[in-house]
Formats: sequence, C-alpha cells, structure tokens
Amino acid sequence: MPTTVPAYGKEAAERLASMADVTASDGALRRFLHGLPGVDAVGLQARAATLGTRSIKTTAKAYAIDLAISMIDLTTLEGADTPGKVRALCAKGANPDPTDRTVPKVAAICVYGDMVATAKEALASAGGSDIHVAAVATAFPSGRAAMPVKLADTRDAVAAGADEIDMVIDRGAFLSGRYLEVFEEIKQVKEACARPDGGAAHLKVIFETGELQTYDNVRRASWLAMLAGADFIKTSTGKVAVNATPPVTLLMLEAVRDFRATTGVQVGVKPAGGIRTSKDAIKYLVMVNETLGEEWLTADWFRFGASSLLNDLLMQRQKLRTGHYSGPDYVTVD
Amino acid sequence: MASTTPMTFDYAPAPESRAVVDIAPSYGLFINGEFTEAADGKVFKTISPSSEEVLSEVAQATAEDVDRAVKAARTAFTAWSALPGSERAKYLFRIARIIQERSRELAVLESLDNGKPIRESRDADLPLVAAHFFYYAGWADKLAHAGYGPDPKPLGVAGQVIPWNFPLLMLAWKIAPALAAGNTVVLKPAETTPLSALFFADICRQAGLPKGVVNIVTGDGSTGAELVGHPGIDKVAFTGSTEVGKAIARTVAGTSKKVTLELGGKAANIVFDDAPIDQAVEGIVNGIFFNQGHVCCAGSRLLVQESVQDELLDALKRRMRTLRVGDPLDKNTDIGAINSAEQLARIRTLAEAGEAEGAERWAPDCELPSSGFWFAPTLFTGVTQAHRIAREEIFGPVLSVLTFRTPEEAVAKANNTPYGLSAGIWTEKGSRILWMANKLRAGVVWSNTFNKFDPTSPFGGYKESGYGREGGRHGLEAYLDV
Repeated sequence: MPTTVPAYGKEAAERLASMADVTASDGALRRFLHGLPGVDAVGLQARAATLGTRSIKTTAKAYAIDLAISMIDLTTLEGADTPGKVRALCAKGANPDPTDRTVPKVAAICVYGDMVATAKEALASAGGSDIHVAAVATAFPSGRAAMPVKLADTRDAVAAGADEIDMVIDRGAFLSGRYLEVFEEIKQVKEACARPDGGAAHLKVIFETGELQTYDNVRRASWLAMLAGADFIKTSTGKVAVNATPPVTLLMLEAVRDFRATTGVQVGVKPAGGIRTSKDAIKYLVMVNETLGEEWLTADWFRFGASSLLNDLLMQRQKLRTGHYSGPDYVTVD
Repeated sequence: MASTTPMTFDYAPAPESRAVVDIAPSYGLFINGEFTEAADGKVFKTISPSSEEVLSEVAQATAEDVDRAVKAARTAFTAWSALPGSERAKYLFRIARIIQERSRELAVLESLDNGKPIRESRDADLPLVAAHFFYYAGWADKLAHAGYGPDPKPLGVAGQVIPWNFPLLMLAWKIAPALAAGNTVVLKPAETTPLSALFFADICRQAGLPKGVVNIVTGDGSTGAELVGHPGIDKVAFTGSTEVGKAIARTVAGTSKKVTLELGGKAANIVFDDAPIDQAVEGIVNGIFFNQGHVCCAGSRLLVQESVQDELLDALKRRMRTLRVGDPLDKNTDIGAINSAEQLARIRTLAEAGEAEGAERWAPDCELPSSGFWFAPTLFTGVTQAHRIAREEIFGPVLSVLTFRTPEEAVAKANNTPYGLSAGIWTEKGSRILWMANKLRAGVVWSNTFNKFDPTSPFGGYKESGYGREGGRHGLEAYLDV
C-alpha cells in the first residue's frame, strides 16, 4: 500500500537548493532545459520495442500481475460521473475480485475534485481507507484557466481530503517557451497542496505528452516539473488522441533516474491512458525494472492511470491460478 | 498462488521450444539436388556451443566432392542462366516465403548451432535472411536497369565460403544475388555452424529449385581451400578473417576468377559530447555485444570525447549490469555463448594482453553457465592506440575505450587502423555527421545508430577489411560479367 513518501533528507535538499540558479530567471531555465542531452527518436523507440519483447512467464508473471494491480490509480473522469459510479469504483478498488480475497487493492481512486468526499467515504465503508484518493485539478484536462481558478480548484480538492493531486501543466505556455511560467505554476500548485496539519497532498504533474509532441520536449518538461517539486510525473490526461506510449514513458523513467543521480531526490512516474491489457502493463513494468530497478517497483514510485486494465489483469490472474480463461462475466463491470 | 509468487521481479525461464526443429543424426553433402556422403566417408561433429552437446554429424567434403559439386553447378548453369529473369525471380520469391514460414524452426536451429540468443536469431537474422531473398528476387528481371549495361551476363559458377557468426544470413548475402544474376553456386558453410545451410538445401528442394543450382559442401578450411582453388569456378566470394582472405587473394591471383572479400574490422564508435546519451549507450551496447561481438563490423573501439567520458562510462556500466547472459534459447537472453572453444581462447588471450599492457578491465557481475563457451561482456578503459586490444580484431564481447578531444583527433584515431569496415558517429549536430562521414575511411558509416542492416544498402570494406560490395544494386556487380 502506498505510504507517505519519505522526505528526501537534508543532503538532497541541499543538492536541490544548489540547483536554484537554473530556475532563477527565464533565460537561465531555458539554457538549462535546452542544454539537456537530446533524444534520438529512432533509438528511443527501438529500446522501448526491444524491452517489449521480454517474455514474462509463470512466477514472474504472477508477481507482475499483482504488482500492476497494486499500482493502479483506478480512474473515472467523465462528465457523467455520479456518486453511485464513484462508490462502485471504490468498492472495486478495495476488493477487485470478489471471488479471491488474495488480490491486492489498487493504489488509488482517481476522480474529479467534486467527487473526493464521496470517494473518501465510500473507501472507508468498503474497507479501503488505506487506498488514496487522487483528484485531478488545475482546470483538467486542458489547463486553460486563470491561475487563481487553478489554485482554488486544487485547494478545494485538498480540503475535501484528496491524498494526491493530478495537475496539468499549461501546454500553451510550455510550447511558447515560457518555461518559468510553467515552473511557477507547478510551484504554486505544490504550495496549494499543503494541508493545515502540516502534511501535503502528493503532487503529480501531467504533461499531456501527446500535445508536447517531441521527445526533447518531454525530457525538458520532466526536468522542469521535478525542479518545481513534482512528486510524480505523469504522461497524459487520457483525454487526447495520443496518451501514454512505451517510448515516452521510458524517456520519463530515464529522466527520474538522472534527476535522482543529480539531486538525490526520487520522483515517481505514472503513465496514463490507453494501457488496457496485462501484456501492456507488464511491458511497462519491464521498462521500470530494467531502467530504474527495484527501488521504483512499488506503488509509491510507479502508477498506472487506467480503468479497464484492472479487469484484464484479474482475468489473467484467474487464468494463471486455474489454468483456463473465465471470461468477462467473471469479473465485475462497474 | 501467493505462496509461489516471488518477492522480486526475477524473470522466470522463458525457453523457446526445441521441438520445432528436427535435427537428423547425420547430414551429407548437398550436391546436384541430392544429399550424399563424402567420397571417403569422413564426417565431423557439430556441437551446440552453449552446452557442448553434439547436435549432428556432418560430411567432410574432399577434393573429389568439391569437384563433383562444381561440375553439378556448371551443368546446371546452362539452363539456369538461360531462364528469363522473371522465372528465376519466382524461385527466389518462393525461397523467401518458405524461409518466412519456417523462420521459427530456423531461428531455433541457428541459436542451437551458433550460440546466439533466440531474440537475435528470431528478430534480426531470420527477418534479414528473408528480406535479402525478397530484395534480390526483385532484381532478377530488372538487371537491364541496374546500371551495368542493357543485358548484363552472369559469371558462371560462384564458389562461396561463409563464416560462423551469421550462418544463414551470410548464406543469403551470397546466394540471393548470385542466383538473381543467373549464376549457380557451390557454398561452404563454416565448420562450426553447418546446419542452417543444410536446412537451406532442404528449402531449395521444397521450392523446386532445379538440381545443381545450389550445392552445399560442408567441411573445414581444407574444403574451403579446395573450392576456392578449383579451376572450374568463375567467382570467389568470401566472408571471414583477413588472414584467410589474404590467402584466398593469393590463390586466385593470376586467374580469371572475380573475387569479393569481406574481412575483419576494428570499427570506431565515436561519441561526441552533444550526443543523445541514452541512445548512444544503447548503440554502444548493440555495437559490441550484439551477437556476442562476433560481428565483423562490431563497434569494438569506443572513441569518446574526453569532456563526456565519465558520464558516458557510468551510464554504459549501469546498462551493462542489466545484460542477461545465458541460455541462447531463453527469450530473455541478451548475450549467448561464444561460438567455439578456439574463439573463446582467442578472446581470452587478447583480453589478457589488454590487462598486461596496462588497460583497466571491467565486467559486470554475471554468473556464467558451467558448460559451454562463455565470456562476460567486458570493458577496457585507459586503452591507447598502441594496445593490442585497440588494433587487433577480438571478435568477442570486449569493448576498448579510447578518448579524443577534437573532431580532427577522432577522425585520425578512427582511421588509424589497417581495417575500414564500419564506423559510428553520435552527435546531435547534422553538419558534423556529414563532415565526419566524408573523412572516415570505412565502408559503412552509421550516424546515431549502429549495426543496422538492410538488403538495399551496400556493405563492404576499405583496406584490409576487403573489397567488393554486398547488398543493394552494388551487390549485383560482383555476380555480373561487367
């Protein structure tokens, strides 16, 4: 189960502070981001494809399926969401397979801010109070609103009890080169995540990589968000044509690896959107395993933003346990 | 299930099934469409280098057998060369399709006999083999448009000797253009990897290829020498060591035989400080550890700009720690077995020379299987141009790291070798890539990638890496009377 990520310690804080000069001005930040190593698209895609050929069988598959279930941010982000729908999702997250109590719980339930209170309540009554509630905020999914509105959106979700905030960056600002504006935006949202008790909601920063388009942009956005204090970096909203892809996720894994090597601060990664099958999820876990290793192979540091993935994982789990496929009527539809 | 679930993400064994390939206990020579024993009945064993298990016994061809094969090819040449190109193309397309259909079987066979990981035989060797036949099938009826005159003629009988590192792929490189151009062939596969060529003989029969168009004679170096020296052949094509290549050049000197030689290499993989570093690391790994480094164009010399040396080597070592060495048939294996005890001994000798001459040796912790021939992926830093490991071809998973300060120095060091087969350049600066490519004396220059092969692209060397080109339109020239 996800726990509060440990503070990264004095040494890391000092190393991070020593990088303050790169965010001191728009020019300095631009020079830093544009000075990051380039990304060769063909090579990146080839590496992601090769890792996709790993063959994960038997005990390794069983491990990977349970791990993937425990990393899911089970998501509903529809205009048509109702308290009933959110409650059903929470029940499912707390007890994914009614026929098998050994199935792990999901990591979090991801909803719009106005559903946070409902989700908290539903999880508590379903025996899933250790499951986090993540709220999308900052004028999700487009991010097109004035800053005070985005901050109010965030504070509202935190006040309602959100454990995690999934914010979107202003892609317009990023694409027009106003990096410091994006940096300040993330910083302010991070501050808005603070709770009166001294704790803070966990901040995930969504880039909408399908709109940033180039791999170079994804690497720059990753560093920008991490410098601004992101706890997690996340690919997509799930609301545009291109969502998480293996190469984009691999690149973000490399970015968090390099960021920790530079600053000592560990950041999590969340691919979201379009990951529907166990086979795909396992490919992502292989990428994490071979790029970052075991330290990142927990729900504290890697998540899947998904909805239909869970049922496929459950069906594969049943297949592995019983030796035969059951079918979609043997998992719950919510 | 919970009780059997491991606590860490350790990949369970995922072996490809051996059952898809049926290896006979013995194989004869394939001459004039029939499998026959050697004239003196001699055989030799071929083993799996990953386990030392005997896979099969194969005939050792004598001078008499080679003569028979050459005569069969000569007889078949008349009708084969007279066929319209479109008819020859049909056979080649048929062969290409059968290879695709039987690719799983052939991939397993190749990994068993050669020791290479199934991931590579399945995803690199076999697709390229089929692609090569498809590509040259397309040329067979278009020779008039290849730039060698309105009606270029074939040479006659080609004697072809191929190495053990890519047994079936090298066969494809040799046989596909030869047949497309209207030649017939006698091919000798390497002594340690004869099986895929013998399976190819079966594919020729399955495709209904006329008898004698393709003949396969197995044996050791003496068989190869008989073939190359045979007065009945018109063309010699050889891929292998520079030492043997020189001997072949001496043998055919003064005869009318046309020769192409594809020999050794000591390629420089040049990494500038503005390189896309993660992809450069992948390219370095792919450049030297692909096929256990048994690659003539392997990027065996890493030339890294001094200003980025530490960062790059840290990243490279981190990546090397994730390489999975072991059972070639396991789908998750990255590095398989060294092809033979002899080759392993050569790699060890050179690695020891590297240490003795003062270079620093590093290899990740990895457990090597107890039987078979194995060598851990190895890195040497502090290597200078004067070290043997910077000059001699190791032909194994051993990378020598040298540094440079300026582009001029990189070119000078890259070219300072008797070889000139390939080179790699890693930089985000396009103009520098073009400038470097013009200065590097290497037959293939890869930019921001390495070990990429395509049948449409000519491949061959400068200097002691050989002469002639294989692949592409250029590859036809070697098999046409032009």
